[in-house]
Amino acid sequence: MKRKMQILLNGIFRENPVLILVLGCCSALAISVTVLGSLGMGAAMTFVLVCSNMVIAALRKVIPDKIRIPCYIIVIATFVTLVEMIVKAYMQTLYDALGIFLPLIVVNCIVLGRAEMFASKNSVSDSLFDGLGMGIGYTLVLTCMALVRELFGAGSLLGHQIIPEEYTVRILAQTPGGFFMFGCLMALLVWGLARHGKKFKPEMGCGENGCSGCAMADKCPGNEQKEATGV
Amino acid sequence: MTKLLSIMFVMIFTENYVLVQFLGICPFMGVSKKFDSSIGMSGAVIFVMTLASAATWLIYHYVMMPLHLEYLSTIIFILVIAALVQFVEIFLKRYAQGLYRALGVYLPLITTNCIVLAATLLNIDEGYTFLQSCVNGFSAGVGFALALILFCGVRKALENAKPPKSFEGLPITLVAAALTSLTFMGFTGMAERLFGG
Repeated sequence: MKRKMQILLNGIFRENPVLILVLGCCSALAISVTVLGSLGMGAAMTFVLVCSNMVIAALRKVIPDKIRIPCYIIVIATFVTLVEMIVKAYMQTLYDALGIFLPLIVVNCIVLGRAEMFASKNSVSDSLFDGLGMGIGYTLVLTCMALVRELFGAGSLLGHQIIPEEYTVRILAQTPGGFFMFGCLMALLVWGLARHGKKFKPEMGCGENGCSGCAMADKCPGNEQKEATGV
Repeated sequence: MTKLLSIMFVMIFTENYVLVQFLGICPFMGVSKKFDSSIGMSGAVIFVMTLASAATWLIYHYVMMPLHLEYLSTIIFILVIAALVQFVEIFLKRYAQGLYRALGVYLPLITTNCIVLAATLLNIDEGYTFLQSCVNGFSAGVGFALALILFCGVRKALENAKPPKSFEGLPITLVAAALTSLTFMGFTGMAERLFGG
């Protein structure tokens, strides 16, 4: 049980998918405009992560190594379609708020990355807790960003007007605000860790530790070159 | 014709996928370090997005609609894109060596890129015709290229900057991206003035 707790907390803090692993930023930046949307997206993401992690872990000995990425994508796409239908049927406002980013969970690097990094190597129950932890970690960061962006960008919280509209910084709720908030949050994390004597250098995409989170790492020619030259 | 021009203008400037709609942020941040790789990635994205828009439109209208499989669009489109990328890679390797050397590196990375899947799904949502979908995919790719190459220049200038210690690396790059995307907000409303809504 202690190990399960550790896996869960690992996803929330030590390997937070958005802030530490810097994965799946597209949806994180786009959805974190409203708190309600962030919670909804977080719930959808957690569901997909938990289900796909469990199924992939259960099938990890059956799936041939060479075509594992397409197999993972099919499993993930199945659960995403399921979530899409449920949200469309019962939560129309949430469906409109999430828009294109709901089906795009399929290609979200977090889900595919966890399948590749964790579920393909661990037991079903461990993978369940990993998916849960990652999902909660994702939701947490999204909600934090949304709190600031909704409060100061639109002056409201969960739809209740708190700051009069004339005094809001509207740019925070728009695209530049998303990039800016994410940059500031990351800088805050680096600063906080540095105060505790821990070094942390966030990288994204094809960066130094970006490859560890990329499901395509073994296919990436840039990665092969890196290994060949020993850099 | 006006409709096609309007789609092009909107996708490249006012509704730019990267800087306005937050799609394809990972390659935008990851590949923009070097000018050469930005050009290669842009070319690959434009190429695959145009092809994927055409292929998914045909499959949606001539296979999925008659069979009433519209609800499976997400799962079918991602498979079509994955197969298409693989096919293009094999084809280029065999028949267009020069192009393969230029784009081949970036092709596998595009499969799991949200920008391609988003373009194909939005084509269907918008109810575009075949030609409009192709133009939409192509111009969305051009918009991506524009954002990537512009941002590559910004990052060159950023290398000499000395930000506060905790902002070094990715955080200051994100702030720079915020400013780049701020410039694109200047295009807001221009499409309506130019093409009459």
